[in-house]
Amino acid sequence: MSAKTLYSKLWDSHVVRQEADGTALLYIDRHLVHEVTSPQAFEGLRLAGRKPWRTASMLAVADHNVPTTGRAQGIADPVSRLQVETLGHNCDELGITEFRMPDLRQGIVHVIGPEQGATLPGMTVVCGDSHTSTHGAFAALAFGIGTSEVEHVMATQCLLMKKSRAMQVLVEGALGNGVTAKDIALAVIGRIGTAGGTGYAIEFAGSAIRALSMEGRMTLCNMAIEAGARAGMIAADDTTIAYLKGRPFAPQDEWWDKASACWRTLHSDEGAQFDRVEHLDAAAIRPQVTWGTSPEMVVAVDGRVPDPADMADAVKRNDAERALRYMGLQANQPIEDIRVDKVFIGSCTNARIEDLRAAAAIARGKHVAASVKLAMVVPGSGLVKQQAEREGLDKIFLAAGFEWRDPGCSMCLAMNDDRLEVGERCASTSNRNFEGRQGPGGRTHLVSPAMAAAAAIAGHFVNVSQS
Amino acid sequence: MRKFTVLDGLVAPLDRANVDTDAIIPKQFLKSIKRSGFGPNAFDEWRYLDHGEPGMDNSRRPINPDFVLNQPRYQGAQILLARENFGCGSSREHAPWALEDYGFRAIIAPGFADIFFNNCFKNGLLPIKLDAGKVDSLFKAVEANTGYRLRVDLERQSITAPDGAKLSFEVDAFRRHCLLNGLDDIGLTLQHVDEIRAFEAKHRAAQPWLFA
Ligand code: SF4
Repeated sequence: MSAKTLYSKLWDSHVVRQEADGTALLYIDRHLVHEVTSPQAFEGLRLAGRKPWRTASMLAVADHNVPTTGRAQGIADPVSRLQVETLGHNCDELGITEFRMPDLRQGIVHVIGPEQGATLPGMTVVCGDSHTSTHGAFAALAFGIGTSEVEHVMATQCLLMKKSRAMQVLVEGALGNGVTAKDIALAVIGRIGTAGGTGYAIEFAGSAIRALSMEGRMTLCNMAIEAGARAGMIAADDTTIAYLKGRPFAPQDEWWDKASACWRTLHSDEGAQFDRVEHLDAAAIRPQVTWGTSPEMVVAVDGRVPDPADMADAVKRNDAERALRYMGLQANQPIEDIRVDKVFIGSCTNARIEDLRAAAAIARGKHVAASVKLAMVVPGSGLVKQQAEREGLDKIFLAAGFEWRDPGCSMCLAMNDDRLEVGERCASTSNRNFEGRQGPGGRTHLVSPAMAAAAAIAGHFVNVSQS
Repeated sequence: MRKFTVLDGLVAPLDRANVDTDAIIPKQFLKSIKRSGFGPNAFDEWRYLDHGEPGMDNSRRPINPDFVLNQPRYQGAQILLARENFGCGSSREHAPWALEDYGFRAIIAPGFADIFFNNCFKNGLLPIKLDAGKVDSLFKAVEANTGYRLRVDLERQSITAPDGAKLSFEVDAFRRHCLLNGLDDIGLTLQHVDEIRAFEAKHRAAQPWLFA
C-alpha cells in the first residue's frame, strides 16, 4: 500500500460512497452544536418531519450569547435569551446531551469537546462553527459547516463533500522564550495569507509541533481556518493519548487499550505526498502582533507597522491603507509604541488552563496600567475556571486588576455585553481582527496570552521574549 | 432549494479583498432563530451610518452614501463582483442568507473561502470563480458602464458580457446538477440510507468507542 497522509487516512476511513465527480458522502462521528447556528437546522428537520439520525453523536452547549457576569440574573437581552432557550428546548425534545449554565462543564464548544474527551483521534468532527478545526489537534478530521449542513448531518449522519488537497506545515526546532503556539499560528498566516490554505487541509508537523502540549496544538489548529483551511490537524502521539486518558467521554478499560493502539497509527506515513509543503524555523519566530483587519496583517512585536507605499500589489496596498485608517495607525510606527485601551484574554483559541497560566505568570505581582480601561480574563469552560481557581490564578489576576469572568465566547465576537466601543484598541487572544469583530468600530490586535497580559501591565505592546 | 438556470442581472462591484462574513452580516443579527429577513442588514456596518440592531426599522436609518451598493446605479443588482477570498471567517450561513435576501443570485470573485462557498450552493446562490485578471477586467467594465449587466448560464457554464464576449467557468458536476434542478441535499442523501447503515455497522464494529 502506498504511503498515506494523515488526512487521507481520516478521509478514506469515513467515505460511505462517492459520486463520479469525486463528491463523497462522508460519515460523521461527532456533531457539536451551539445556539447560534442550530435553530434553523432543528426547525428545518421538524418541518420536514425528520428525526436526528444518532443523537448520541451530538453534544450541545450555549456559548456565544451567554453572559460572563451576573449569571444568576439570567440573560438580560431577550433575543439572546430566546436563542439560548431554543437550544435547550430542542435538546430536551430530542434527547440531546447539553451542558447548561451553571453546569461546570458549560463553556466554549471547542474547549469543552476535548475537555470531555468527546473529541477523539480518528473521528470526523463537525460543528456549525468555523473554529471546529481546533479538534484536529487530536488527529481528527474536524471542520466547520453551515446551518444547512448542520441539518444534513442531523438527518443523515453524513456530509456531502469533496476531498481537499493536503498541505503540510513543518515547523522544526525549538521555540524561543515567550514564543507560543499562537505565535506559530500567526506566523504561518503571515506567511501563506488568509487564503493560502483555501482548498487545503493542513497538517502541522515537525519537532516544534511534537513539543507542543495539547493546549498549544489546539490553539494552532484553531487558527487553521484563519489561514483559509477548513481543517487543521496534528498526528496522535503520547501527548495526545496522555491528555485523553480518564476523560468522561473517552474509552475506558479494554476499549482504552484497543483505541489507543489504533490512535498510534494516526500519522502521515513516511514518504507520504503532500500537494504543498511549507517550512518554518521555530527559532526564528518572534511574538506576533496583528496591525490590521485581517489575521495575515501581522508582524513581530519588535517590528513596525508596514508602509502600504512599499506594497507592489494594488489590491493589497488598498486593503492595507484602509486597514491603517480603520485601526488608527501610522505606517512605520513601532509596534511597541501602540497603546491599548482594553485587554481580552479568552476565546476558543486561548482560554485553556495553560493559556491562563501563561498570562498569570506575567501578571503576578504587577498591576494593570492606569491607562487601560478594562482587562478581562474569560476562562474557556467552567472546569478551566475551577482548575485556575484551584491554582490561585484568579487571585493573581484580581490582585493585578484584571476582571475574572464566567466562561463563554465573550469579547471574541461581542454577541453578549462584552464589547469594544468605537475607536477602542484591544490586545486580544482571540482569532479574528476583522472590522467590528469585537464591537462596531473596535480595533483588535491579535496576540498570545502572555503578550496580552504584558500589554495590560505596560499599557502598550511589549516583547515578552525579552522579559 | 431555489433553482438556478440562467440569470441576466445588473452587476455591482465590491472592490476589496478578504470581505469576511462578519462584514456581510454582523453578529448582532445572528441572534435571530429564523432563516430569512437578513437582507436589510447585509453589510450593515458599511451600509448605514448608525449602529444597527435587530428589530430596527431599517428604512428610517441613515444610509452611508459612500458605500458602493448604496449608489443609485447599482440598485437592483443581482450579481456581486468581488475580490480575493470573499466570505472568509465564520461559518455563519446567515451570510449567504443575507446576500440572497438582498437580491443577489450570483457572486463572481477570484476566490472564495471554503465554508462560504459551500453554503452558497445550499441557498441557490451561485459563487463563480474566475482568474484575478478576468475579474479585474470586469471591475473596469462595470465601473465604466452604468447599467452593466451579465448573463450567467449555469447549464452552459458561461458568462456573456453586453458586447457578446463570453467567459466560461468551472463548477462541480454534482453541485451544478443540484442547483439546476433545485434539489434538496438531504432528500438525495436519504436515498442511500442502506449504504449509510451498512457503513455505520462496519465502523462501529471496528471502533466501538466512537459510538459510546
Ligand atoms: S470563542 Fe470566538 S471564535 Fe471561538 S467559537 Fe466563540 S465566537 Fe467563535
